[in-house]
Amino acid sequence: MDLLIVLGLPLLGALLLALFGARTYAAELNAGMSFATLVAVAFLVLRVLRHGSLLALHEQFFVDSFNVFLVALTAFVGFTTALFSRPYMRIEEQRGRLSQQRLRLYHSMYQLFMAAMFLALLTNNMGLLWVAMEAATLSTVLLVSLYRTRASLEAAWKYFILCGVGIAQALFGTILLYFAAEHVLGRQGMTALLWTHLNAVKGQLEPRVLGLAFVFLLVGYGTKVGLAPLHNWLPDAHAEGPTPVSAVLSGLLLNVALYAVIRCKVLVEGSIGSYLPGRMLMTFGLLSAVLGAFFLWRQRDIKRLFGYSSIEHMGIITFAFGIGGPIANFAALLHMTVHSLTKSSIFFTAGHASQTAHTQQMDGIRGLVGISPTIGWGLMLGSLAILGMPPFGVFASEFLILTTAMREHPWTTPFLLIALGVAFAAIFRKVQPMVFGESDAPPLPHSPALVPVFIHLAIVLMLGVYMPFALADWYRAAARLIGG
Amino acid sequence: MSTLTIVRQFGEVLLAIAIAPLFAGWIAQCRAWLQNRSAPPLTQPYRMLRKLFHKDVALATDASPLFRMTPYILFGTMVLAAAIIPSVATDLPFARVADAIALIGLFATARVFLSLAAMDIGTAFGSMGARRDMMIGFLAEPALLMVLFNAFLLSGSTALPSVVEASTAHPFLIDPSLVFAAVAFLMVLLAENARIPIDNPATHLELTMIHEAMVLEFSARHLALVEWSSDLKLFNYACIGFALFLPWGIATHGADGGLTLGVAVIALLAKLIVAGAALALIESLSAKLRIFRAPEYLAMAFLLAVLGLLVHLLLGA
Amino acid sequence: MHPSHMIPELLKLLAASLLLISFAMLSRRRTQRLITLFAWQGSVLFVSTLLVAYSAGLTELYYSATLTLLLKVIALPWILHRLTRRLGAQWDSETLVNIPITMLVGLGLVIFAFGLAQPISRMATTITRNTIGIALAVIFLAFLMMITRRKAITQVIGFLAMENGLFFAATSATYGMPMVIELGIALDLLVGFFILGIFFFQIREQFDSLDLSHLESLKEE
Repeated sequence: MDLLIVLGLPLLGALLLALFGARTYAAELNAGMSFATLVAVAFLVLRVLRHGSLLALHEQFFVDSFNVFLVALTAFVGFTTALFSRPYMRIEEQRGRLSQQRLRLYHSMYQLFMAAMFLALLTNNMGLLWVAMEAATLSTVLLVSLYRTRASLEAAWKYFILCGVGIAQALFGTILLYFAAEHVLGRQGMTALLWTHLNAVKGQLEPRVLGLAFVFLLVGYGTKVGLAPLHNWLPDAHAEGPTPVSAVLSGLLLNVALYAVIRCKVLVEGSIGSYLPGRMLMTFGLLSAVLGAFFLWRQRDIKRLFGYSSIEHMGIITFAFGIGGPIANFAALLHMTVHSLTKSSIFFTAGHASQTAHTQQMDGIRGLVGISPTIGWGLMLGSLAILGMPPFGVFASEFLILTTAMREHPWTTPFLLIALGVAFAAIFRKVQPMVFGESDAPPLPHSPALVPVFIHLAIVLMLGVYMPFALADWYRAAARLIGG
Repeated sequence: MSTLTIVRQFGEVLLAIAIAPLFAGWIAQCRAWLQNRSAPPLTQPYRMLRKLFHKDVALATDASPLFRMTPYILFGTMVLAAAIIPSVATDLPFARVADAIALIGLFATARVFLSLAAMDIGTAFGSMGARRDMMIGFLAEPALLMVLFNAFLLSGSTALPSVVEASTAHPFLIDPSLVFAAVAFLMVLLAENARIPIDNPATHLELTMIHEAMVLEFSARHLALVEWSSDLKLFNYACIGFALFLPWGIATHGADGGLTLGVAVIALLAKLIVAGAALALIESLSAKLRIFRAPEYLAMAFLLAVLGLLVHLLLGA
Repeated sequence: MHPSHMIPELLKLLAASLLLISFAMLSRRRTQRLITLFAWQGSVLFVSTLLVAYSAGLTELYYSATLTLLLKVIALPWILHRLTRRLGAQWDSETLVNIPITMLVGLGLVIFAFGLAQPISRMATTITRNTIGIALAVIFLAFLMMITRRKAITQVIGFLAMENGLFFAATSATYGMPMVIELGIALDLLVGFFILGIFFFQIREQFDSLDLSHLESLKEE
């Protein structure tokens, strides 16, 4: 029942906002619906904490320790982003970049996007997972092109075509998965695509077919994760869409896509009985981390810069999942959490920063601390956190990943160190003059909602200093589930 | 070899010689209908042949014996080709000694002689036409070979009669590879017989003509024979197509009663009528390609034929 | 010959013509021809799905065959035709494509697809198992078409053709996915298509053309 509410609330929100999205209170309604979803998720989480994993609706939906924390994260960041978008989108509207009608589209699609993500996370059915991933893409395509400028149209087209092609590969992978499952589970009762059933019989699934399926699934969902050679859409979509959309893309969609990959990996590894899927994840992850880091140097646009930073971090997380084992999985889950929180808070501040300077070009953004100390310090602290400075949580997770990599695959350490070092130098060099320095730009007309930024950063800081037992247990259970 | 077989062989050749101009006339008539022109009578090719045979030959002063021999060689090769192709019956003594690869050799011989004759006089058009025709032939032949290989793979033999007998054994099956081969064959047929989209048989526009440029210097009975042999070539190609892809009705080995032969002749005529109409339709619907695009066109034919082979090998028929 | 023996052969034939249509799409430059070919591809798909449904006795497949007929043979080509006419793009043709080389690459892809599909085909129990390779080849060829074309509409047709290939793969490997999933996929496809339709107008409004070569400003310098 809780499950249905979690899925239904954003859908209801989408419907309501499609009707009333052009009213003045639409932004508050959006935040309110997101908050209601968050509350529903909180109840769901409590129930899972108390009773363990649960299945619902003819086993079509399920919650286990792996997806429940992602559901919580998604609901939380979804809510804070809705809070942030309230003043942000108002300023955009005042400046004439958006009309009331566009805002209606924006709000409604935002809720639809959240619904698609919850569906992707909660479904037990690998086919439904595909449908939800595709729906998540579709609902964000129009958000990326919201400004209807040439660049945003180009970005949205690229996003659609690349992810469309990618997701088509994933569908083929799903078909192969079903093909293999059908031999073991049969056609009856629609159990052949249910992850829990597949997981139970994964040792009997035909390894060659699953191996092939995994290649397609990895390429398909990997495109959405933004893994390196398939990452082209990501920086464009992040730079050209409205900032709240960049925040949820980076903070949530990439996670959900990676979640899909990992679910597949568990099945395939169980069937093949070798480390091949893990090795593939490691290769893709390392490549993305290194490439993403090097591309950081050449960026001029602030949102593009952090888009590439997302590629780098998703690479690191994918790499860590590729190593497998309890510690690396734990680190990867932690990194997923802290990256999502930090990156969305960085996008919040970067959005306001470029609003203040009237440009997204970093050359034009100067002296943020002087204009608005909260924006300036928010960006600075966020950047330090994402760069892995202690005592932030990113440091803890990156440290864990690095030490595990050193122990299990020493040859990867130089690559990881290079990626982290290059990223550090590139981002710090660019953020420093933006935050400090001289500027005479006037402050923003609406006071920016920076509470979410500091809440996010505070959580990241807390995770770096002290991890609550409940959370650690949770991660450990999830890490065990993923295995490898 | 019984007398009956010999009679059948000669009957088939004579039938080919007799109805080849009719087939060409039928296509011209269909084209005229499709293009809203009043059609020439079906017998027009015959009348033209008769008229040409009654005229006196005008020879260029530079013409060598090769030029005078060429029309006869052309006609001879085409008649020989007609003897090999099982258009009515498969039990042909000639077909046993020459397989489909020899058939391609025959066509190539005809092409070489026609090109040589075209260059023999030394006019610019002749040489240009010959050059273009050689280019098209050079590209079309591999494609045709690939098409034939498709059929050979299915029947396990390079002789056309065996191909026909193999495919009439399963009357309702068309192997998937043959779909590709058929399309490729159609493309080759259009190119090899100087038809749209590669060449236009009805044009005498200097820059575009290929076949017509080569036969400009022929006159009277020479021209008649050249025209007749190009009609025969088209007829032969059509019959190869029937043998490979639509073998229904052809009298097979052992079934050599008069009735089956009669059925076979009627089937052949029916197929010719349909094929002629289809060719006219294709020609009316498509535009002539520039000569530079011809290699692209023929490369596609070749690729399709190769694809057919692949499909056959990989689909595991 | 008994009809039950004929169906597998007929399905092979249909699969081969699907591949043939894919190659034809690869070699066509005119947008309108492409739309017609896409409709043909849909019809072949419809017939083959019907045949599979009949021979396997699955009611579900009849539904998805009907869905194919409605969506891919009637609705989408019709909308595409109307769209091109409204956008004045029906005579658009591509100029930059080197067709023989594309075809050669396509040939390589077909071999690759057949190679990939071999282990699956050997395992499958469906009567259509031989055609899985062809389905994969159709997917790859549509992919190739999307890469080589520069017009928005042709890319979309490539996208839809890829979906056709996927559908065919599902039918031939496993007699189709469960109905819920099938419906979900169709819904996604339809919504995606409408979004693209909106895109066409937005792109043309901004660029006065549907040529995607204008969409190349976002690059790493």
